[in-house]
Amino acid sequence: MTGLLDMDISSVTHVIVPALATSLPTLPMAGINWHSVLFLLFAGLACGFAVGVVAADNVVRMALYLVFSLGSTAGLFFLAGAEFLGAMQLMIYVGGTLVLLVFGVMLTAQAPFVSIKPSSSDRTLAAVAGASLLALLLTAAFSVDAWMAPGVGEVPAPSATPLGMALIGVRVDTPPAGSPNGGHAGYMLPFEIVSVHLLVVLVGAAYLARAKRRRTPRAIDAVASAMPVKSAVAATAAVAVPERTAVAAPGRPTGGAKSALVGGGR
Amino acid sequence: MAELLIGLGLPGWLAWSIAALVAAVLLLNVIAGGALVFIWAERKIAARIQDRLGPTRTGGRFGWLQSLADGIKLLAKEDLMPEGADGLLFRLAPYVSFCASFCAFIALPFAFDVVGQRLNVGVFFVVAVLGLEVFGVILAGYASASKWSLFGAMREAAQVVSYEVPLGMCVVVPVMLAGTMDLVTISEKQAGWMSNWYLFHDPFTFVIFWIYVTCAVASVNRAPFDLAEAESELVAGFHTEYSGLRWSFFFMAEYGSMFLVSALAALLFLGGWNGPVPVAQLVGLSEGTGDSAAYFVRLLGLANLIGKATFGVLLMMWIRWTLPRLRIDQVMTTCLKYCTPIAAVMFAGAMFWQLFLPGGVLPGWSRPAGEIREGWLEGPGGLPATTPSATVRSAGVAATDPSDSSGLATRSPR
Repeated sequence: MTGLLDMDISSVTHVIVPALATSLPTLPMAGINWHSVLFLLFAGLACGFAVGVVAADNVVRMALYLVFSLGSTAGLFFLAGAEFLGAMQLMIYVGGTLVLLVFGVMLTAQAPFVSIKPSSSDRTLAAVAGASLLALLLTAAFSVDAWMAPGVGEVPAPSATPLGMALIGVRVDTPPAGSPNGGHAGYMLPFEIVSVHLLVVLVGAAYLARAKRRRTPRAIDAVASAMPVKSAVAATAAVAVPERTAVAAPGRPTGGAKSALVGGGR
Repeated sequence: MAELLIGLGLPGWLAWSIAALVAAVLLLNVIAGGALVFIWAERKIAARIQDRLGPTRTGGRFGWLQSLADGIKLLAKEDLMPEGADGLLFRLAPYVSFCASFCAFIALPFAFDVVGQRLNVGVFFVVAVLGLEVFGVILAGYASASKWSLFGAMREAAQVVSYEVPLGMCVVVPVMLAGTMDLVTISEKQAGWMSNWYLFHDPFTFVIFWIYVTCAVASVNRAPFDLAEAESELVAGFHTEYSGLRWSFFFMAEYGSMFLVSALAALLFLGGWNGPVPVAQLVGLSEGTGDSAAYFVRLLGLANLIGKATFGVLLMMWIRWTLPRLRIDQVMTTCLKYCTPIAAVMFAGAMFWQLFLPGGVLPGWSRPAGEIREGWLEGPGGLPATTPSATVRSAGVAATDPSDSSGLATRSPR
């Protein structure tokens, strides 16, 4: 991430920058460097929506602002030519986590449009913690000399291959001189450890969901007995919910169904 | 295109802005114009399947102006919002859905080098962005302050999140066979006769294609997986409270996504822009022959890809009007107990096939059309080495897209 502001990796800027260089002296009006404009736009959006997350008092709105903030960060990654990282950001943070977050929020919210007002002492504490972390990060960021240097100009087209190679144990980048083992250890071991860890989580979740299902004979009977039938339509619709709460919140399958009804029924 | 404008004496930044604008407008018209045509087609197909005639009068013959008439009706409708709704989220939700659908088109190649932005991780990007469409649906369901909407949104969230798993596994197989996530390269590797398509690569890919079709139908929320808007139970599901133009945005997003997953199927399994018979190669045309030849080859490829994607959309309509809607537990069973395990086994199978029988069973079938690595391609077809290009040479998009007038979607009758 050297010199993010002036670095031009995306193929658009490959051509923009040389073109600008030739046209700038002749033009009376300076052209727009789209790379900088877009960087400022995405950075501003990311920061603005991050503030929005803190300032909002409704959980779903917070989630929405978080989506926009993380999406803008993905935009920054794309702008820097880190396409794989950007797509990952979209897939994991924006897509997966936030869909699950909203899902959980909606299942657990006891009333519609719950507003959350933190106390002033909480706010102060959070502000102090946040400010100190920000100060630490800024100091660290500005202490790296390489990041202060101007852009590096032409950079080869991005590719996901080096990442994949590193994951299977082949480092394609050049290690700094004097690293142990020649510095060519890949990320095979961490990758495998994380994979096995995720597998364990997956099996555990499946086991928990399965055990709950076995205790209740049939989902439709459980719901029908737990809730007097207001209308046949509502009952059929409610069947859908415990199926999913079994995955999202294994502890309380039928409670989720009720709270969802409460959350939406106005 | 930007190079052309720069050549005309425009400054670089302006040229690139215009080029980007043209590409964006053309992509927008693919969705909007596509929606107009597909809604009309859906009406006609539904009618024929149900032994009716469908629209016959609007616009003279075949009711071909029906979609436009519906669009005007939608424009004139009152824009309603429920009293208890969360105004900001309610208004925002359709645009979130639509933007997600539109963004995925950026990385979708329509022919060789006719792509908004050629991404090295194209497949991954398209799948990731497509998964974001559900966010608009969840927002709509939550903000409407209606239990029907909320139930619809919950079902959609559960369905899309679950179906992303087998869908991802299906998409990974062509990526593995091609050795790259670049959609352009994946499609180029299937050049040649129809037998080069990844659909016919080995038995495992043939099976996994049908798993992909199932998951794609489920992930774009079409019948028989349209539980989010099951009108017999939930009035209209997540868009119960929407009307007018806002509502039509949801439908443009839906038809855009249908086209997108069909085009993705074509690119991954059905040879992309390579036709069943390599006409251009047989005639002796190729990208390298000359400028006009390259243009013609691309136009042909464009027609091929749009044709295949349209076929996919029509297939989805056929499925929709043939099969009854599944119950939610059946939807989950289909995903978790059938699609995911079958996809996993087929993935392993395709992997072993690629390891042990890379050349195929029959000795006469030589597979590789060229030696391909990430980002460049050089082969007997005379294809030149290419670098990622940011332009859309898309006069062809406008030429082949029959109606790109206005962006109005309507809903077909049930």
